[in-house]
Amino acid sequence: MSEEPIIRVRDLRKIYRVGEVEVHALRGFNLDVPRGEFLCVAGPSGSGKSTLFHILGGLLAPTSGTVIVDGHDLSRLTDSERTALRRRMVGFVFQKFNLLPTLTAADNIAIARHIAGRNLDNDPWFREVLELLGIADRLHHKPSKLSGGEQQRVAIARAIVNHPAILLADEPTGNLDSQNSAAVLKILRDLNQRLGQTILLITHDPVVASYAHRVVHMLDGRIVDAEP
Amino acid sequence: MVNKLVLENLKHRPVRTALSVLAIGIEVTMMLTLVGLSRGMLADVARRARGVGADIVVRPPGTSLIGLSSAPMSEKMVDFLRRQPHVTHAVGSMTHPLSGVTTITGIRLDEFDQISGGFKYLEGGPIRNRDEIIVDNYYARQNNLRAGATLELLNRTWRVAGVVEEGKLARLVVPLDVLQELTANPGKISQVWVKVDDPAHVPKVIASLKDQLRGYPIYSMEELTSLISVNNVPGLRAFITVIILLAIVVGFLVVFLSMYTAVLERTREIGILKALGAAPSYVLNILFRETLLLALAGTVLGIVFSYVTRWVIMSWAPASLTQMIVPDWWAIAGAIALGGALLGASYPGWRAASQDPIEALAYE
Repeated sequence: MSEEPIIRVRDLRKIYRVGEVEVHALRGFNLDVPRGEFLCVAGPSGSGKSTLFHILGGLLAPTSGTVIVDGHDLSRLTDSERTALRRRMVGFVFQKFNLLPTLTAADNIAIARHIAGRNLDNDPWFREVLELLGIADRLHHKPSKLSGGEQQRVAIARAIVNHPAILLADEPTGNLDSQNSAAVLKILRDLNQRLGQTILLITHDPVVASYAHRVVHMLDGRIVDAEP
Repeated sequence: MVNKLVLENLKHRPVRTALSVLAIGIEVTMMLTLVGLSRGMLADVARRARGVGADIVVRPPGTSLIGLSSAPMSEKMVDFLRRQPHVTHAVGSMTHPLSGVTTITGIRLDEFDQISGGFKYLEGGPIRNRDEIIVDNYYARQNNLRAGATLELLNRTWRVAGVVEEGKLARLVVPLDVLQELTANPGKISQVWVKVDDPAHVPKVIASLKDQLRGYPIYSMEELTSLISVNNVPGLRAFITVIILLAIVVGFLVVFLSMYTAVLERTREIGILKALGAAPSYVLNILFRETLLLALAGTVLGIVFSYVTRWVIMSWAPASLTQMIVPDWWAIAGAIALGGALLGASYPGWRAASQDPIEALAYE
């Protein structure tokens, strides 16, 4: 772990303006995430977890501070540069799965590849991922025909199909029962261990946090505690 | 991949897709039917004029090309024309408007038979009494008439003397003097049909007539039929333009509403695409392809519908309206429909393309 961290955040601040009121979502946030780490960011609602998730994912520009992901300083990027960064460097897994309802599981995965300007034909790595996720026989079903656990596994496949530098998961088990939650978390841990995928997972559930290498606790836009 | 997404999106909301295609189809049908009707009815007028068998037509000064005028020319003109060198026959006719575009024509049947070779009677025979009328087979079919039947026109009851094959002079023919009397135009006619001894003499006769009858529109038959076009009927071009503009507005509104609803419904999906790194142009591309597909399907439907409207017109009103199929307008109508549709999709498209992904993902 002596190499440069894949995520380096320094003095990150984000202020939302709601009418004439300023809301400080992040107040000088600092974080280093080594390559290949499975990190959990925990904290109550309003602690700034989601804002951090959006900034690291290139969905939101910071107000000030430095955010470096795999050598790219996100705080200096324009909207279109952040869009381009999302295509190849970041994979998202959302609480609500966020699959396109009109497409099959296979096409939901393929469209991420298409947006990145690649195709999926004959990619042995991806076939291995599908086996790992256990959805190879469910690829031709639309989301409405899949269980919550299956939908989330498709979402994970979509998130890693472009070999992103980081995988961001926001409450990925929030809509799943305990059995499917355990299955999805095990998959995330396997992806981390077997493929070396860097994962940053946001949750307020201590059981979910226990799957990570390290947990940082946030409160009022700052890290207040870290474990182990 | 984008095409698959576009197709799936359209299949996902079949009623909305069908209604959009139907509305664009009606827009295209409006254009094709209107242009087809204009051309069809003018071609019909030209065909019936050719069917007279004359070489030259002389019309009164200041009259329009399409003869809905009454009788502003003296019948003495017929005798004057008969005296001209190379003229073998001259017959006057009077055209009087009835309802809509329907007209009734008065002729002296014996004179008309000499120039035209006579009507081809499908039922009955020539007019023998002052209260008799000849109708063509289209008018007879539209009004369920047979030889011997009666009909009311110009506040008078007429007996159908004969049903003739359409395509010669007029759909309704009565004795000239009766029509002159009924319309208070004694001794007046609307035009004179002239036949010359040799077609090669037509230009010479026309030149001579124009020299003697200054201000009178005098046409050779070829000239007359070529002049019977949309551009030469006062106001018709403007009318067509107005209807096409209305059609564009209809197409624009339909696609605007359809795409606006689609974008609202798909806010979250657009957010997903943007989170995956889709540029605004990618999102715009999807919506424009959907619009293109709707416009293409609507154009095909509109073309099919134009055959249906022609069939309906031919079945129900063959004597009043004639619609042509206008293949040269298929591409034009399609392009106009597509233009209106793309215009309608542009605001929803811009809205989708500029959507904030975080807000879109939070949309319920």
